[in-house]
Amino acid sequence: MSDTSPLRRAAITGIGHSQIGRRLRRGDLDLTVEACLAAIADAGLDRDDIDGLATYPGTGIGMGGFSGPGSPELQDALRLQLSWHDGGAEGPAQMRAVIAAAMAVGCGLARHALVYRTVTEATAQAGRASAGIGGSGLGSGGPSLGGGGSGGGVPRFGGFLQWFLPFGAVSAANWIGLVAQRRIHEFGLTRTQLAQIALNGRRNATHNPGAVYREPLCLDDYLAARMISTPLCLYDCDAPCDGSTAFVVSAVETARDAPHAPCRIEAVGTALRGRPSWDQFDDMTTMAARDAAASMWERTDLGPSDVDVAQLYDGFSVLALVWLEALGFCGRGESGSFVEDGTRIAREGTLPLNTAGGQLSGGRLHGFGLLHEACVQLRGEAGERQVPGRCEVAVVSNGGGPLAGSMLLVRDTG
Amino acid sequence: MLADGPSLRLLPRLDDCNRFFWTGGADGVLRFLRCGECRRFTHPPVPRCPACLSRDMAPEPVSGRGTLHSFTVNHQQWIPGSDPYVVALVTIAEQADLRLTTNLIDCPADAIAIGMAVEVTFVGNGDVHIPLFRPAGL
Ligand SMILES: [Zn+2]
Repeated sequence: MSDTSPLRRAAITGIGHSQIGRRLRRGDLDLTVEACLAAIADAGLDRDDIDGLATYPGTGIGMGGFSGPGSPELQDALRLQLSWHDGGAEGPAQMRAVIAAAMAVGCGLARHALVYRTVTEATAQAGRASAGIGGSGLGSGGPSLGGGGSGGGVPRFGGFLQWFLPFGAVSAANWIGLVAQRRIHEFGLTRTQLAQIALNGRRNATHNPGAVYREPLCLDDYLAARMISTPLCLYDCDAPCDGSTAFVVSAVETARDAPHAPCRIEAVGTALRGRPSWDQFDDMTTMAARDAAASMWERTDLGPSDVDVAQLYDGFSVLALVWLEALGFCGRGESGSFVEDGTRIAREGTLPLNTAGGQLSGGRLHGFGLLHEACVQLRGEAGERQVPGRCEVAVVSNGGGPLAGSMLLVRDTG
Repeated sequence: MLADGPSLRLLPRLDDCNRFFWTGGADGVLRFLRCGECRRFTHPPVPRCPACLSRDMAPEPVSGRGTLHSFTVNHQQWIPGSDPYVVALVTIAEQADLRLTTNLIDCPADAIAIGMAVEVTFVGNGDVHIPLFRPAGL
């Protein structure tokens, strides 16, 4: 990627969170507006300055609490005067909305684009449980039992779900359990190695007042936890939460006036080369992260050794291991030994990982929380959880499984 | 002891594209869509062969044999009343990249091993016949 790349003309100048927690019982638009106003203020802007808007995934996707308000709803709520807007679920995972905003800004379609992702899955699930609807225990990433067509009282499903639901493979925990088990077979991954992702996240979350789980967690707790779908136990699966994350992506020439150090987008990983499928991907130990990460490094002169902090998607613990390999921090199959005793990925280690607790302990803000923390670290504003030493380059990944995206951010020094 | 599957089997919605697959088990035969030109199987069904783009696609029987590529034992009560069951990923013998997500049945937990030989069996549910796999030669 040359320095004239449109993406390099975009930087993250504002970041914002709403209140984050379990079962807040607040509306998704309420949380979204809170996060967006925080991000706009953080960028030193007013809502009248915002002329671009993007979100993931837009309305009507997934179960209750998954999608948040769509971009037209937010445009109306803030009466934004937009030159460009976008929302959708397809693309390089959740960060597709941030990439779209950066491209729009880089191409001159907008100067300051607001990007947000909102989840209210914890409140939505609590509502279902109290209503006792069909006993649907289907978790995040799974379908609704009420979502099928007609037929003998049993819901019927088309699309990709038809190849999984008849076998009780109803949750991403099942689909990713297959990935984890294959890694045990091919690479000798152990549960103690896998545990390091959860234990590292919890250690870091104790230094993050906004994290949803902050009680200490030890290896014995992990090994004694109940199984969800082998080899994934309770602590390998992130927890639904409520919260909204927002960013302002600005043209780099305006970014240098921003109150905080801008985080410039150095490169993005957006490739999709294998089959976008939970069971037909050629290499079931890695899936789409492999090619997304490779395409990111093809677009920059920087390399893995330049990265100071990593925020890697851990919606399921094993995905963080997949990303460590895909991004070249270790060789294929070597992530288990890379994280073995937790020292490399600790805040004081050579590759500090998921420094706000990741999604496993920080809460399932669905990719955007990881990007938020990358910016906090690059700005040097992480307080007691700030990584020691140089922090100029951060990598963020979203997704895993059939869709994946990654982003390399650098602190802009003008 | 592991269950054969969830307490309730959610079912596919049949259409002209998938009917051969989900109803074909009535005669105990597993079928996949196969290209008449390049002879490659493909799954899930699509109108053209993704390899050679031929439209000459038709269901063809396979042996029903395969190997276990991966598995996971589900414990969570996504579908209430389910005892632990095995979600299996099976590679179909006829083609190395042809896989099916299914349930492994009739296999004790400590005997499940990636790479083990398995064979198809069907469980009927009205018009749908769901392909399950069990250890070969039981
Ligand atoms: Zn063909």
